[in-house]
Amino acid sequence: MEIYKHLAVKDPDDLIFGHSPRPLTLPNGLVIGGGLVYPELNFTLPPMSISAETMPEIREQYRQIIESACARAVDLYVPGLVVEFELLPEMTRTPEWGAEITAILRDCLDRFAQRDGLKSALRVTPNDIREFERPPRMRSGGLWDDMIRSFELCAQAGADLLSIESTGGKEIHDDAILYADLPTVAYALGVLGARDMTFLWDMIVRVGLKNGAIPAGDTACGFANTAMVLAEIRHIPRVWAALIRVMSVARSLVAFERGAVGPGKDCAYEGPYIKAITGYPIAMEGAEAAVAHSSPIGNIAKATADLWSNESVQNVRLLGGAAPTVSLEQLAYAARLMNTATEAGPHTALMLRNLFVASDTTYDPQAYVLRPDVVIDLSREIIAEETAYGRVRRAALATAQCLRKAHHDGLCPLSPQEVNWLDRLSKQADTLPEAEEALIEQMKDQIDPEKIRQDQYGLT
Amino acid sequence: MTIIDELREGVIQGQANVALEKVKKALEEGYAADVILNEGLISAMSNVGQMYEDGVVFVPEMLIAARAMDKALQILRPYLVAQGVKPVGKVAIGTVKGDLHDIGKKLVAMMLEGSGFEIIDLGIDAPPEKFVDAVQNKGADVVALSALLTTTMPNMKTVVDALKQAGVRDKVRIIIGGAPVNQAYADQIGADGYAPDASSAVRKVREMLGV
Ligand code: B1M
Repeated sequence: MEIYKHLAVKDPDDLIFGHSPRPLTLPNGLVIGGGLVYPELNFTLPPMSISAETMPEIREQYRQIIESACARAVDLYVPGLVVEFELLPEMTRTPEWGAEITAILRDCLDRFAQRDGLKSALRVTPNDIREFERPPRMRSGGLWDDMIRSFELCAQAGADLLSIESTGGKEIHDDAILYADLPTVAYALGVLGARDMTFLWDMIVRVGLKNGAIPAGDTACGFANTAMVLAEIRHIPRVWAALIRVMSVARSLVAFERGAVGPGKDCAYEGPYIKAITGYPIAMEGAEAAVAHSSPIGNIAKATADLWSNESVQNVRLLGGAAPTVSLEQLAYAARLMNTATEAGPHTALMLRNLFVASDTTYDPQAYVLRPDVVIDLSREIIAEETAYGRVRRAALATAQCLRKAHHDGLCPLSPQEVNWLDRLSKQADTLPEAEEALIEQMKDQIDPEKIRQDQYGLT
Repeated sequence: MTIIDELREGVIQGQANVALEKVKKALEEGYAADVILNEGLISAMSNVGQMYEDGVVFVPEMLIAARAMDKALQILRPYLVAQGVKPVGKVAIGTVKGDLHDIGKKLVAMMLEGSGFEIIDLGIDAPPEKFVDAVQNKGADVVALSALLTTTMPNMKTVVDALKQAGVRDKVRIIIGGAPVNQAYADQIGADGYAPDASSAVRKVREMLGV
């Protein structure tokens, strides 16, 4: 187990797209984080149900998606391609279905590699289906067994990279977002989430090692992206979503402490922190992920990406072709621009990176906390603590202070309502006890046993 | 300021204890339970709802106010029953089978409750039988379906079909919502309406029941 005490990237100018201090080399020679940015394409089905009866049509859908996308990748001379197959829950609950689709994608990627020399990698992301039982059993039971079997079968069917969007602690996190309850968020991320990640990632790393697949990374999607989407539709303050993003870093980091080696998951917008701390490469998404959801960080997310993703697009027909193919083209051009800047030299690459950064940061605190210098400063604060909870607490305190200063200095102007909320949240952060045990004790009375089984997190 | 004004203010500020105390006081002062409900609690929630629509407050303020109202309602409920006050309608709401997304559904339920509807929350991953049961045995006037996945949208139709099969389709109004659905889809599956967000869901349900 690796406990991160020092930053892998210390100088903000070194936190840049395409380059990570610990690049990942795949058996086929594809190097991620070694200088080039590659597109990472993700796709999903159009409206349809998933059942044994519809599986023949589903297979055909995925066959068409991948064939067409690979052909476009070749036409566009992409130097490398990563494809993500994010299972739909039914495909994890019946692990054979997910594995079948994995095999279809593998087969096509292999053919294009042989015939056209297209270097690629296949990331497979089974679902965290534990929450189908409420309150969830986190470490045993039928759903847990199916989820592990899904990882095993998909790895055996040809996945190169394994990921998940894990949800431990989420049982109480959604309400905590909506009620703007910072101590509960800190508890969900730093105490529950971190404990669950330790258990879960030890398993994923074992499955990966046994079956020749790389344990890649996790994401705070269910936590910080839920907050981001809620902020986007004006349900919660943006400063709250920004705080949750930085607080989520400690939780996502656990996967890397337990053996994940990247590339980090695309929807983990906390990725730049992971890269700065661990040095492993990351996938990011932004402008070209508008096919899946809106976000306030369309350009700044490119600043530090090693893989550039679209999050997810439905396989529907557009004038330019199937939507995944069109989406791949958009990703390919975005990555090409970044690679061209890199080729032109460090000065040009940095200039492009700085444009990506400058174009977003003043509009939203969620973009501001992704500024490379801010990432480095806050990462340094985070790893000054040794426990996940300590890191979450430090992140909350330091981020609140950082946003207040940014507002004051005119670097990230906030509306009066946002400033009011920053004060309220900051006061809540000040009340967080230093010791984890004290928070656990404090939460005991508030936890609803109908929502969560604390024993599943090793707590009584 | 009357005690009802104070109650309204307590709910708007999300002060559960104040709301509780003011309801007790209003009852002591002899206010009828339905007056306390309509002019105090529901009026406060519609005020908060308006502030939210105007962009003055966010959802947390609204939820905290709803929590205060809920506390106050616990005291008031027996008096409402004694007075024979009925809710404006009963809504059975749930996220359809296979779908675990519940934030949107929760907000819709909260807004409906704040507008005086009784809510039967069927939760997430709710099978069609639960909706049928809510209509057959629990007196739901409206079935409200939420889905966030393109792969679970078809399960909305399954619920409509199940209600038809159970012979209760004509007894209820069906409203659907969630990011991937729209009015055209509602028409296609034979639902009575669609709402894009929580406040329009309240308007739509009111319109459907003529209240
Ligand atoms: C009855 O009348 C009505 C009337 C109005 C109604 C209504 C009913 N219901 C809703 N409304 C309306 O009023 C509400 C208030 O204004 C609104 O409700 P909404 O729910 O739209 O809005 C909420 C207030 C805020 N919005 C949300 O809460 C949803 C946000 C996004 C990011 C989202 C979240 C948060 C989550 N997710 Co999910 N998730 C996404 C979402 C992206 C997006 N752009 O929507 C979406 C829906 N998810 C998706 C996916 C793929 C998945 N998710 C999954 C899981 C999750 C989380 C658990 C992590 C979390 C859910 C948390 C929770 N407790 O609900 C998985 C599925 C789990 C399952 N079986 O359901 C998983 C499969 C991911 C995975 N690999 O595991 C995508 C769907 C793609 C598709 N094929 O359809 C998705 C669009 C994200 C994306 N861009 O890829 C209106 O729609």
